[in-house]
Amino acid sequence: MSRLKSFLLLFLALFSATASVRVEELNEEFTEALLLRPLPDRKVLAHFHFRSSAPPSQRYGRHHRIFPKSIYQLVHKFQVREMELSFTQGRWNYERWGGFDPISSSNAKPPGVELWAEFDVPHDQVDDSWKNLTHALSGLFCASINFLERSTSYSAPHWSFGSASGKLRYGTLPREAVCTENLTPWLKLLPCRDKAGLSSLMDRPSIYRGYYHSQRLHLKSDESDASETSTGIVLEQILTVVLRPETFSEKALQPNWSLSSLFGRSVSGKCSLSSSSNVYVQFEQNLVSAGDKLREVSEASENAISVGEGFQDNPLFELSLLPKRVIRESGNFQKAGSILYEFSVEDSNEFKPFDLRLNWKTPVAWSSPQAPLQASRFLLGSGNERGAIAISMKSTRSTNNVEGTGGYDENECWLRVGIFQMVPWYVKVYYHTLKLFLDGKPQSSMENIEKILVSPSEDKVSTGVMELILRLPCSVHTAALTLEFDKGFLHIDEYPPDANQGFDIPSAVIHFADFVANMSLHENSLKQEPILSKLQEEVPVISYTEVLLVPLTTPDFSMPYNVITITCTVFALYFGSLLNALRRRVSEDEKLLSGKGARKAGPLMLMISKLTAKLRGKPQEPPELSDSGRSSSKYKLIAKVVLVAGVAAAWQFYFQ
Amino acid sequence: MEDRSTTGSWRNKLGFWKWAIASVLFRLILTYFSKNLNLSSRPEVSTPLTSLRRLAEGYWLKQLSMSPYSGSMYHGSPLLLSILGPLTVKKIGGLSSELLCSLVSVVADFISAILIRATGTSLVRSHLHNWKALGLDKLFKGDEAVPSGDVAALVYLWNPFTIVSCIGFNTSAIENMFVVMSLYGASAGLVPLAAFGWVVSSHLSLYPIVLVIPVVFLLGYGLDAPPRKLFAQSNLKGGEKRSADHAELKSLNDKFSKTNFSWWRVVIFFFWAFVWTSYVLIMCAISMKEYGGLGEMFKRTYGFILAIEDLSPNIGVLWYFFAEVFDFFRNFFLIVFHVNILFMILPLAIRLNHRPCFLAFLYLAVSSMLKSYPSVGDSALYLSLLVLFVNELEEMQFTFFLFCGYVGISLLSPVMHNLWIWRGTGNANFYFATAIGYACFQIILVVESVSAMLNHDRKIRKLCNKV
Repeated sequence: MSRLKSFLLLFLALFSATASVRVEELNEEFTEALLLRPLPDRKVLAHFHFRSSAPPSQRYGRHHRIFPKSIYQLVHKFQVREMELSFTQGRWNYERWGGFDPISSSNAKPPGVELWAEFDVPHDQVDDSWKNLTHALSGLFCASINFLERSTSYSAPHWSFGSASGKLRYGTLPREAVCTENLTPWLKLLPCRDKAGLSSLMDRPSIYRGYYHSQRLHLKSDESDASETSTGIVLEQILTVVLRPETFSEKALQPNWSLSSLFGRSVSGKCSLSSSSNVYVQFEQNLVSAGDKLREVSEASENAISVGEGFQDNPLFELSLLPKRVIRESGNFQKAGSILYEFSVEDSNEFKPFDLRLNWKTPVAWSSPQAPLQASRFLLGSGNERGAIAISMKSTRSTNNVEGTGGYDENECWLRVGIFQMVPWYVKVYYHTLKLFLDGKPQSSMENIEKILVSPSEDKVSTGVMELILRLPCSVHTAALTLEFDKGFLHIDEYPPDANQGFDIPSAVIHFADFVANMSLHENSLKQEPILSKLQEEVPVISYTEVLLVPLTTPDFSMPYNVITITCTVFALYFGSLLNALRRRVSEDEKLLSGKGARKAGPLMLMISKLTAKLRGKPQEPPELSDSGRSSSKYKLIAKVVLVAGVAAAWQFYFQ
Repeated sequence: MEDRSTTGSWRNKLGFWKWAIASVLFRLILTYFSKNLNLSSRPEVSTPLTSLRRLAEGYWLKQLSMSPYSGSMYHGSPLLLSILGPLTVKKIGGLSSELLCSLVSVVADFISAILIRATGTSLVRSHLHNWKALGLDKLFKGDEAVPSGDVAALVYLWNPFTIVSCIGFNTSAIENMFVVMSLYGASAGLVPLAAFGWVVSSHLSLYPIVLVIPVVFLLGYGLDAPPRKLFAQSNLKGGEKRSADHAELKSLNDKFSKTNFSWWRVVIFFFWAFVWTSYVLIMCAISMKEYGGLGEMFKRTYGFILAIEDLSPNIGVLWYFFAEVFDFFRNFFLIVFHVNILFMILPLAIRLNHRPCFLAFLYLAVSSMLKSYPSVGDSALYLSLLVLFVNELEEMQFTFFLFCGYVGISLLSPVMHNLWIWRGTGNANFYFATAIGYACFQIILVVESVSAMLNHDRKIRKLCNKV
């Protein structure tokens, strides 16, 4: 029997070996890339991009060389079709760092944790898959993503995120603090961790010192469809940081930087498992055109002939290494596109580390391309009873001249703006108070709204979601949207530990449906590089607004026992006294009163009888006292008062 | 005819119509400024159940073909939604939508006042009639009888609570109107009207369902009267003493025979109640057809009332209690507090079955004190009903104390609310303390009025025995 088993095993092994030979063209792949871009406000954007892919398991099998096993299991267990998880600290500055390029529209994320996932399961199982996925991710990334499990913290957007299949879930945790404990498990998914390759640049202190830090995990899988065209699982791990180089250059000049000055480390060779390992330096379109202008000026003055598109003679800057390639974006005919310089780290080693350096030669100022509208969100009103959410959008047309692909038609020009707003249930939004102001003038509500979908929040059950698409005339300068709300009151157990800090309303997502952010690189061969093909992908222009902090009224957290006892006392008072009033019979009362009247009542008895009569709600019938009795009791009372006063005075005197 | 003339002098002195019209004008003037007064968001005025702002939200959702109850905003009746909903969005002749809704409230208030007045007039008449029947009419002078209907109607119209809730953009005026309509219908013997008022008011706010007992007594026994056995005694005595006066004796005999319970009218009442209930339910079912039907409606209206889901502050005590109480005991206390209203129904009904109108007042007072989302509109109703018994409750105690308490609480409560919610310097406990104080004053009012009424009956018995 055991022999038979071993034989079978041997056979299986042989079979699988032949199978693996058959599908040798399918292979796991890992690439790494780093894109650096100087930003207009003397900062540098560093964009790490790691991509691992695994072929579909039907053809390739379940065992992987490079692809992380935990992610593979995640995809298989929960049937994830697409998923994106981001940990972000800081806020992307759309005004200065741009909002129209692929990097900002797909990598600028709201603070905290954002997770969306689309599942490949029947509709009724989507919520269960989501809950399981949040728990799995929570364990995987040492974060409290499991709080997204509660139905009050996630929502099912219909058209704002990708497909409208109804199997997508979206949730954010704006207050989640992001730190190294989240980065370390993220790095563990890389085949070389941070021991070799570009990821060795990730020195924790220098990364977390940055102005913006967003660590992202994007997963795409078409495992479930068994067709030949399926590409398997693609895992992209992206880290975007905005750093300020610490150099003591002239004030007017942009700061010079090198990889070692930015990160405190330099690259010594590539990760040997990666098929490509490149570093790109990108100069934005506006910077390039500023450089061109400068060059023209210098040419005119010096009357020199420029030699090609060399970068060494670039009047603006100087790069310490010779690029492998210079990739120009095919811009519009009157304007130059942005330039990418490609460097390879393959030929560097420990003794000759790759340390790219950028030195500026001439002071230059430029601005990053902006999204057509710049959105910000704020709260209106004061007090803890009610308020209003306002989303204001300012046109950026005066500051930049981006020609949208949606087309600015002179006559019939409309700008379509999609807004996705998720509101927790304790902010009770009155959707009928939705008001739109264009250039400060209120509009009749439904005129500029092309599409609206509201699913109001249920108390303690679900969040409220508002998705709408506005259709604004292109000539508009400002557009504002207001929504009134009442602040809810929670049970004491529902408040977080620091209740007085307030509650967060997650960022609204503004997307411009007619505009796509992509780089049009004319060389088709460049598609082989994952980061470049990613940059060429047409992604909608998306921007996130600020997270709002809503202070809610708090009850007294130390009072439950007091409130329970006092309220119950009031109820007992009601019940007892009313029942007493109803129960009383007049004959008993009269008997009691006559009995009392017969006795010679002292002052104390008089008081008691008065009190009882009052409590019983009976018109008091004081026992008739003789005049002398009353006067004598009065004297006694005065005597007592005098006695007490005397004792008190003596006491006082004695102790002085 | 003598009572007519005596109350007539009072009536002339009072100038009912003058004051009623003045109050309506006053409301209209205030309505014009309602935007500045900002009463609609006061917790004292509009509750989650009665707020018209929530109704507007429900109507808006319904216009977008969603269930008006989705979103935990609207918790009222679907019928109210279809009647008042269009008013919240329409702007007729430049008038704002709030103005239109306030006009509806003003009209409802005026109708309630007229109905209260009619009820009160018949109550006074029966009061005098009963005294005559008992042979006590000679013991006191005629001009002592206050036309309580007029006074109660004016109290209703000029009560600051009523005015505030009328201007405050909510539906409590309409709910009150149906309650009063039911009482008027029962006291005037209009059985279909009584059934209609009862059905609609319990449909709107659940608590008036307990009014079925006073309404049945009203229909069965007639209006408020001294205990029935006194009539039997006095009838015997009167028969001996005044045998000469045949005509009077006859009327007294009629009166005596009327004290028997007339089952027939009660049966008719229940028949009509059934008709109206099925009518209301069918209408609701039609308007809720696409949104989950009647089950959803009951869950979102009555369920919301009974489960006290909304913990926003109001003048009651339950919101803070349920915000603080441990989750484990929540259901227990929910049962205790709701049963507390029901517990008192039977003892009160047994002891005061000869005074159904007063019984109705007590039920309204008790339910407005213990209900989950009370507002000043409820207090306005029972306070004006209290005035209906001004003749009987002459000897009520602590009236000045209670008056001061009501005034004090209604001044302090907004201050505490402001300190807590708006300034952030106060604490929830301060506001809760005023709510507790308010509950205590209401308890004292109820207990004292019950005692005064029972004492009044005792006095009549004594007088009868003496006569």
